[in-house]
Amino acid sequence: MSAVIDSGRRPAVADAPVAVPARTATRARDAVGEPAWVRRTLIGVALVFLTLFLFVPLVSVFVQALAKGVDVYWAALVEADAVSALKLTLIAAGISVPLNLVFGVAAAWAIAKFDFHGKSLLLTLIDLPFSVSPVIAGLIYMLVFGLQGWCGEWLRDHDLKIVFAVPGIVLATVFVTFPFIARELIPLMQAQGQEQEEAARVLGASGWQILWRVTLPNVRWALLYGVILCNARAMGEFGAVSVVSGHIRGQTNTLPLHIEILYNDYQFAAAFAVASLLAGLALVTLVLKYIVERRAHASFDLEKPE
Amino acid sequence: MSTRALLLRRHSVLPGFNLSLGFALLYLCFIVLVPLSAVFLKTFTVSWSAFVETVTSPRVVASYRLTFGASLVAALVNGVFGLLVAWVLVRYRFAGRRVVDALVDLPFALPTAVAGIALTTLYASNGWIGKWLPFKVAYTPLGVFVALTFIGLPFVVRTVQPVLEDLQRELEEAAATLGASRLQTFAHVIFPALMPALLTGFALAFARALGEYGSVIFIAGNMPMVSEITSLLIITKLEQYDYTGATAIAVVMLVAAFTLLLLINLLQAWARARQGR
Repeated sequence: MSAVIDSGRRPAVADAPVAVPARTATRARDAVGEPAWVRRTLIGVALVFLTLFLFVPLVSVFVQALAKGVDVYWAALVEADAVSALKLTLIAAGISVPLNLVFGVAAAWAIAKFDFHGKSLLLTLIDLPFSVSPVIAGLIYMLVFGLQGWCGEWLRDHDLKIVFAVPGIVLATVFVTFPFIARELIPLMQAQGQEQEEAARVLGASGWQILWRVTLPNVRWALLYGVILCNARAMGEFGAVSVVSGHIRGQTNTLPLHIEILYNDYQFAAAFAVASLLAGLALVTLVLKYIVERRAHASFDLEKPE
Repeated sequence: MSTRALLLRRHSVLPGFNLSLGFALLYLCFIVLVPLSAVFLKTFTVSWSAFVETVTSPRVVASYRLTFGASLVAALVNGVFGLLVAWVLVRYRFAGRRVVDALVDLPFALPTAVAGIALTTLYASNGWIGKWLPFKVAYTPLGVFVALTFIGLPFVVRTVQPVLEDLQRELEEAAATLGASRLQTFAHVIFPALMPALLTGFALAFARALGEYGSVIFIAGNMPMVSEITSLLIITKLEQYDYTGATAIAVVMLVAAFTLLLLINLLQAWARARQGR
């Protein structure tokens, strides 16, 4: 869902000060500012709220993970089931991110560079997986590929397994991360228009040349951020994967499902140890997002001198 | 090239329309539309009375009450504190502001299962936070509220923040010049301008909370009729091989989600009109 919101975020250019004498500026600021005690109270309340709901949970993951010492922590990570869960998580993300990347670029190219009938309908449909609960996302694949589902008997007769196996997990992951890259690219490519691509075309570039040399370099930061976000969600998806996985230890458990099993077995230190891997991934995602946003701001400010 | 001529509203010299649109539509159909239609087609195989009986049975209704109620309260709390956090981040400068700003997105990036076990451990009666509280949080409906507040927070902050950044300070200065107190300026100038974004953020947080599963099931305790959310009920039915029952409940939740999606789109159109772009 975040992509919907982030795409609405534009670099703040409103801050750019007009040449105002320093003293006037200070006075104007005072007239529209709050007294120091109000300011401090508001900051204090906001920070207490964020501490209770965000920071303490984050820190607690790492503290609980190391609560029984480094040896227990390490043992939980190199245990066979944990390693196979990690492998499956990497496979699921490794397939779903490139698929959604190709889709994102194709959809953004069609939507941003052409004006066609039914465009707004297509945009709404791309957003659809955001509003479908993860559990329902898993359910729909059960209805299609499960034993009682549309293809159930055919799949059984041909000895193919989709649900309760790796393909089902990949499909569910693809579904829940479906819009992320497209939603990052579309607004940016729409804002950039098609003059540069048209110029390249007139100069004799082929379609693929335009894509590689003009379009993709222009959107590289948004693309990178979309991929990062998509990857984070793919590795952390729980609800949808939980429905289609069947929870077979060592075979169809991803990292989040492995965490659930450990936690329900009262192996808290081990559960948090595995959880700390994913929390670390989340932190890396946030850091990369921060860097990408700063780069995007910088290039935006360069392109639009006002 | 006939599809191209048929669909395009305006001629374009750029190539690749058929290929890119064709691939996007095909992928959309196979991954999203066809599987999603299975839910509705499955429902049509059930008689109307059986459908109604499933989706209005006491245990299911209790789960709606908890899911919608906790989501609503969590979204309201996020509306208040999300506005506060956005305000503090945009208007004030303090040590660590950038770190706080970056960490607001944590609930987006942190897998829900990790959030679930962390919140449960913290708010259990012997946990870091739970032991200071005079009442039980984990394994009660209150726990559901805590988890839903956690996952909903970024939605309000990230929709309000850009609008607040773009807000013209001149308007506030004008209000001050005309003798308005700071509180009056906030109530009559700033708040109305933020209203569409705030409502959108609230609706997004509410919609997300309705479908949430991972962070809730650890902390909820999952007692039927008391602390069992609708998503869990769908899974329970699936595990009993009651695909029809699970699908019926899923249809109710999908209709609620799509209604909210429509509402959010209308809100965003309204917000754009208000901002004059």
